[in-house]
Amino acid sequence: MKTLRILATGAALAAASALAAQDAPKSGGTLNVVIQPEPPGLMLGLLQNAPTQMVAGDIYESLLRYDQDLNPMPSLAKEWERSEDGLTYTFTLHEGVVWHDGEPFTAEDVVFSVDEFLRETHARLRASLVHVESIEAPDDTTVVFTLKQPFGPFLGLFEAGTMPMVPKHIYEGTDYAENPANNTPIGTGPFKFEEWEQGSYIHLVKNEDYYLEGKPYLDEIYYQVIPDAASRSVAFENGTVDLLPGGSVENFDIPRLTAMDNVCHTTGGWEFFAPHSWMWQNMHEGPMTDKNLRKAVMHAVNREFARDALWNGNGRIATGPVNSVTRFYEPDTPDIGYDPEKAREYLEASDYDGETLALLPLPYGETWQRWAEVTKQNLAEVGIDARIVATDVAGWNQRVGEWDFDLAFTYIYQYGDPALGVARNYISSNIAKGSPWNNVSGYVNEEVDALFAKAAVSASEDERQALYSEVQDILVDDLPVAWMIELEFPTIYRCDVKDPVTTAIGVNDGMRDAWLDRD
Amino acid sequence: MLRFIAARLVKAVFILLAILVLNFVLIHAAPGDPAAVMAGEAGASDEKFLQDLRERFGLDQPFAVQLWTYVKGAVQFDLGFSYRRQMPVADLIWERLPATLLLTATAFVISIVFGVIAGVLAAQMQGTWWDTLISSVALLFYATPLFWVALMASLLFSVVLGWLPGFGYETIGADYTGFARMLDIGRHLILPATTLGLFFTAIYVRMTRASMLEVSRLDFVKTARAKGLRNSLIQRRHILRNALLPVITLAGLQAGQIVGGAVLTETVFAWPGIGRLMFEAIGQRDYNVILGVFFVSAAMVLLFNLITDILYGIVDPRIRLAR
Repeated sequence: MKTLRILATGAALAAASALAAQDAPKSGGTLNVVIQPEPPGLMLGLLQNAPTQMVAGDIYESLLRYDQDLNPMPSLAKEWERSEDGLTYTFTLHEGVVWHDGEPFTAEDVVFSVDEFLRETHARLRASLVHVESIEAPDDTTVVFTLKQPFGPFLGLFEAGTMPMVPKHIYEGTDYAENPANNTPIGTGPFKFEEWEQGSYIHLVKNEDYYLEGKPYLDEIYYQVIPDAASRSVAFENGTVDLLPGGSVENFDIPRLTAMDNVCHTTGGWEFFAPHSWMWQNMHEGPMTDKNLRKAVMHAVNREFARDALWNGNGRIATGPVNSVTRFYEPDTPDIGYDPEKAREYLEASDYDGETLALLPLPYGETWQRWAEVTKQNLAEVGIDARIVATDVAGWNQRVGEWDFDLAFTYIYQYGDPALGVARNYISSNIAKGSPWNNVSGYVNEEVDALFAKAAVSASEDERQALYSEVQDILVDDLPVAWMIELEFPTIYRCDVKDPVTTAIGVNDGMRDAWLDRD
Repeated sequence: MLRFIAARLVKAVFILLAILVLNFVLIHAAPGDPAAVMAGEAGASDEKFLQDLRERFGLDQPFAVQLWTYVKGAVQFDLGFSYRRQMPVADLIWERLPATLLLTATAFVISIVFGVIAGVLAAQMQGTWWDTLISSVALLFYATPLFWVALMASLLFSVVLGWLPGFGYETIGADYTGFARMLDIGRHLILPATTLGLFFTAIYVRMTRASMLEVSRLDFVKTARAKGLRNSLIQRRHILRNALLPVITLAGLQAGQIVGGAVLTETVFAWPGIGRLMFEAIGQRDYNVILGVFFVSAAMVLLFNLITDILYGIVDPRIRLAR
């Protein structure tokens, strides 16, 4: 069988030269990081929410990591090959990797993790695993995935939050959710779980047996639980914590914090998730079923103003359903820019008769609340009346999941590939009450369904690009949602914290490469 | 007295049960459930995922069955399991309760001691600029929102002056033991306890002052003066003792809030107590945790009401005799 060899030599060389250009990393030290909210647990195979992944990303690993251009890099797998027909992927694992309890990590653990554990517990991965025919371990360091048909984004599934490796010797034959080991998570990652003082902090310590020589550099990490956003800003100012992950503080505090001496920040590390914000336009029933009204809304919202005034200029104006850092982005789509005049024309052509639209802000803090207020104002300027509906997170989930709104703010991760994080919000087979993350608008277009289906299983990158370009064109014309901003969440840290963000997953990928330039 | 206490205790058990059922109904009436919140946080969910969670939490059972299961457990002090934190609620509350008790009890002592002393002083120096100063400061504290005071105190003493730690229960990673640890916790306690105590201090000042002035104008005080008693004795025995009745009522109310009343302070100062636990649980619809904290705090309110009633009898024999 002819194989296509995709070695990460290039990425490794680039990383090595980047390192050589700066000081050699120093070992030792304690890093204090804010974690918010307190995670419900740390077993990454069972829980896939953001705070769990941020801490557990240090404890658990997957087979690959991704650079900031989304190219795969080695993690537990040191090499990987794809057969030319795109149906077989063979991974060669690092030798000498051990779990935190000293047991060896082998290819059998990979088979168990993916085929049994995650297939049972991981909703997002389960949707992709339907393309997998079999997973086999011919020897201790080789894993072979055989697919039913080519699946374009397959190599993008091997990120720690999507496919964390869990220890077979601990979980096999047990009730996964009730296993007592969930409280003392065992992974292969650079840091080991030490202690969790509920309500105060989670303490991780260096994994002395980590398989990469010299890594990790830090001795320990404390993830500190500080529930109030203003208090988190103060905690950074007074030196209690050294690093504020993106989204930890209110946007209006960011300029003040980043202006402090010895404080650095980066908007990198979100390329894989590519948080894409929009307003759902409810097409199940009510006024938003009218395409002209949807277009009027799209042209009425002043996204540049929102970005500059509310998000401190961070973020890019979205041009359609695919984020500009996600693969297969098509920049050349119909214009959906701010144009009140055009909005009024579309409104004139619509059947809108002045009814009040229910507008749901995302209940994630001040910025979102203000954004809804700005949007309400924008809509009023062209003659559309909207009412802001206040909810908390649970209420928001319920209303959006039950389609009880006209317009609803949200932002959703794209996971690097339209087949993983974009199609799910627009294909008609994904319309189901109860979840706020599927095709909530209720958009039905057979052509779009067919294009997304075909693009997902195409083995040719060129063909995928053509199909995705076409689908983006159609969606931007139909506007099942009003795309807002490609969000950027700056990570703020003291400048002597080096390399906190080295991959497309940023601080959620753990602190494997981070070090402190302190004596 | 014993019969009185026993009757009150029996009544308290029924009140507690009623509170339990009412809370259960109310919290289940709020939109959303814990399974939906957890699925939401995962950023993805399908039918199986939600169904698995609901089955595991027993949320797929009819409402009456859920209620019966909960009440049956609660009367045996089994407060159920936290969906979100994956541990028994009783353990969670037990783990967090000491921090809350320490914080609120300290705030209680601070507010009573400073409030009553300042109130007495203001009353004795009525009309002087001391009186004006004390009353004005009390009014200021009374009118200022707690979260704002908390943030400003944290900014001033922690960021600007650097005198006191602004967050948490103890220095993370310091591994102090014995006396050094107590000292460390004490330093962390100063800001949150003072902040929490300020509001009640202000009320005690105003109430003690007003009550003292009111009592001092009553006939029996005039009689006492006419008898030629020393002023200090009149102040202590006749005026203060009678003036303290409303203060005791208020103290009973404040003590009842000891368990549930520190939500804001615990949130701003990252104090790991049960007020914050409840606040977070409400957002996450972690039903059992919310109900568990309500249960414990309701029990506390009832207990302190009982203690207040007993104290009344001790301070004012007329009340005791009336029974």
